[in-house]
Amino acid sequence: MNDHYQLLIIGGGPAGLAAATTASGQGISCALLDEQPAPGGQIYRSIESVPDTRAQTLGTEYLRGKTLAAAFRESDVEYYPETRVWSLNNGREIGITHKSQSKIITADQILVASGAIERPMPFSGWTLPGVMQAGAGQILFKAAGVIPSDGVVLAGSGPLLLLLAWQYLQLGVDIKVILDVTPLSNHLFALPKLPRALLAHHYLTKGLVYQRDLSRAGVKTKIGASNLQAAGDDLLKSVNYRHLGREHTIETDLLLTHFGVIPHIWLTQSAGCKHQWDNSQQCWRPRHDEWGNTSIEGILVAGDGAGINGARSAEHAGRIAGLQALFELGILTESERNKQAKNDQKWMKADRHIRPFLEAYFAIPQSMLATTDNETIICRCEEITAGQIREAVETGHGGSNDVKYITRCGMGACQGRQCANSVAHIVADAGGEAVSESSHYRGRPPVAPLTLKQLASLTKENRQ
Amino acid sequence: MFKQLPNDQLEMVDILLNGEKIQVPLGTNVAAMTLSQGQRYTRTTSLSGSKRAPFCMMGVCYECLMVIDGIANQRSCVTYVKQGMQIETQQGVGSLPEGAHHE
Repeated sequence: MNDHYQLLIIGGGPAGLAAATTASGQGISCALLDEQPAPGGQIYRSIESVPDTRAQTLGTEYLRGKTLAAAFRESDVEYYPETRVWSLNNGREIGITHKSQSKIITADQILVASGAIERPMPFSGWTLPGVMQAGAGQILFKAAGVIPSDGVVLAGSGPLLLLLAWQYLQLGVDIKVILDVTPLSNHLFALPKLPRALLAHHYLTKGLVYQRDLSRAGVKTKIGASNLQAAGDDLLKSVNYRHLGREHTIETDLLLTHFGVIPHIWLTQSAGCKHQWDNSQQCWRPRHDEWGNTSIEGILVAGDGAGINGARSAEHAGRIAGLQALFELGILTESERNKQAKNDQKWMKADRHIRPFLEAYFAIPQSMLATTDNETIICRCEEITAGQIREAVETGHGGSNDVKYITRCGMGACQGRQCANSVAHIVADAGGEAVSESSHYRGRPPVAPLTLKQLASLTKENRQ
Repeated sequence: MFKQLPNDQLEMVDILLNGEKIQVPLGTNVAAMTLSQGQRYTRTTSLSGSKRAPFCMMGVCYECLMVIDGIANQRSCVTYVKQGMQIETQQGVGSLPEGAHHE
């Protein structure tokens, strides 16, 4: 690994892979760093090694990753898998750990393609073993062929819930019930966005096919379920919920939940890139222009880490950001960049017609985002409840960071990844302001685990 | 809770899970392997001692911390099974095995 690259790409999902392939063969020094052992990101996880039977269940959308990964493998971009990036600053210095050796490297252009994380959604009992995110269930299958053995309850809102249910159905998993917490009022709010969504109707058709197959197979879906609770002494035993005005309990040792996905912004945050609240996507994302430029010169973003638009858009955005980096490096002229980006810009725009509809349809209700159940744990690491956060606000600690200092929430091992959004929502709710006026935790390096030994292994030359 | 579908394409390796010798497919992530062995939790918290299990499976929630080859606080979902690996449920901050020292 060099100490300096002209272009460094962080993340091996669709955006990162497409950017790397674009930068290949241009005579520049370019490397891609990724935490996983193989290319694909979360969406195409294990794409190179997946057995045929498993790939079939995952479908053609998943198999698209094969082409992307193969093109990347053929590129001349240096590839460093199992590499952790623990720091990025506005001087374009990157702290990394590769094979237990830490290093600081620099680059002229850095593309952060960090992808998305599942939106953490606190509810009573969500820390019990047996409660997992739906994406986790899907990763278990993609990466290891691991599926539920004694049935599963699926709960939440969003396309992934439906997709996972359909995949489990193909695999013969017993789906006890699907608890769809999407408020019925969302249907009305989403209706005006439907005509534009019809321009990307293949997404809608797919959703309808999944729904039809599930209902034909007799899988029960409780639309408009609410008051989701996971119960058990130390392990999940049952799930409680309200449906059509009545309380229900269902026994299960596994509950998979999904509440949409949000950008993984810890690196761009700690670098100091400007971020903004996206009201429609209900999350923060780094500010960027149509080429992926952030507020810091030479730091670009693409893919879901820049704002949620899905895997196909990520691929287009990755190529566009790759072209932008080549332009900045003086490889392409402005008109060459513009010309080569045209198709991707066109297809990306077409692909995104579905987003406003999806965002309105699957918007998470305010009552869930800022829970009023004071007993619910918000910070899983430091075990801080919603009540403690509200109390901190009431005693004059008016922002996420103030609440963090006084309660320790967000100071645990995950560095606030699981509670930042919820804390912002609760702080805003308790203080009577809009969440867009609220603040996100300040991110600081190291943003990934780093032992003292690894820190000490920084050599003199690369510590300067 | 979970089971692993058979996969003939993978080489099997011997590992120790909480002291028990078992055969598992090479390269499976440790969290997936642990869950498919019927273990329902992977750590207890250092504050209340409550049990926790893998939650996100993508390296961001830090709930799947385990003691792997004597080193505590390893994210089992981004660690991959190798021949002879020793994996243990983590109790609290993770006490060290006898004679070991913090890496």
